[in-house]
Amino acid sequence: MSELPEQLELNEAESAEIKPRRKWWVYVVWAGVAALILFLGYGLLNANETRPEVGKQAPDFAMTFFDGYEWEDYQAANLSDLEGKIVVLNFWASWCGPCEDEAGVLENGWQAWRDDDVVLLGIAYSDIDSDALDFMERFGITYPNAPDLRLDASDKYRITGVPETFFIDKDGTIAYVQPGPLTTSQLNSILQEILNS
Amino acid sequence: MRFSAFILILLLYLLVGTASAQGEVTADDVNAIAKQLFCPVCENEPLDQCGTKACQDWRAEIRLQLEQGATEQEIKDNFQRRYGDRVLAEPPREGINWILWLLPVALVLFGGIWFARYLRQLQAGKSDPAPVVSSASGNPTAPPPQDDYVARIEDELRDNE
Repeated sequence: MSELPEQLELNEAESAEIKPRRKWWVYVVWAGVAALILFLGYGLLNANETRPEVGKQAPDFAMTFFDGYEWEDYQAANLSDLEGKIVVLNFWASWCGPCEDEAGVLENGWQAWRDDDVVLLGIAYSDIDSDALDFMERFGITYPNAPDLRLDASDKYRITGVPETFFIDKDGTIAYVQPGPLTTSQLNSILQEILNS
Repeated sequence: MRFSAFILILLLYLLVGTASAQGEVTADDVNAIAKQLFCPVCENEPLDQCGTKACQDWRAEIRLQLEQGATEQEIKDNFQRRYGDRVLAEPPREGINWILWLLPVALVLFGGIWFARYLRQLQAGKSDPAPVVSSASGNPTAPPPQDDYVARIEDELRDNE
């Protein structure tokens, strides 16, 4: 009888051995694994995003225009500020050969259509600012232009290269996407179609 | 006289050569920074190895900024400000990027702890005494199951009440 309490103590100790308590670091490891899965999942979702489709709302972004290439009196603007106008959003770069061929087409288009509520908007993608300015001067470009700051605009439009042009109608919907350089006849027919719709 | 003129010309040559070498930005200087940057046009290729026109322009920009006296950090900051975090070979240590920096360290650390504990358990298992062999049956006599043991104590307690 006198040994009973000792046996009970032994029993409790053995029970504790059989059912070990989970250690704090086990939870930390699982939290780390969960964070890793979330991070990778987020990256995968982001990687699978595609270019905004025709008929969808054009993603908004902020831009600060190059000096001498402002839109009206605005030094900086959001794309949404241009709602009510047809926007020809052209991604280009000074290091891009086809952009040289397209530059004249776009400038002529700007001169021809600017009085019809059409705004031609150039975004210099992944470019050195001084090179972009040289390019615009060399090709006599006068339409509004801005650098793609932190590559925000090109990220949102998921461009696959330059040049790439998005036609955005007056209510901010993407009406047409042109990967690669535009020709004058293409530019005119697309704009005419948007204006007629 | 001829020897003195030779010495003078040699000194002048060394002086001019040293002065120009000190101010000159070499390709190595440019590449030391370029290898820490990635051009978004040619993904997964460091700027010092990329041969596209865009990358050549970026390297020229690095050279220009070095010539203007910018430090390595200032140039990297400039590129980050202009083109975003993705141009940096090493993600900046801020925001969600901390996961990238801390998770591998944490996993290695906790993996190490777990492995050490596993090894210790293996060692403890080896040093346990061998099971007692009953002389009658020749079978190892395992300790009685916990449930029976508890049941027996509970029975004894009940009998004593």
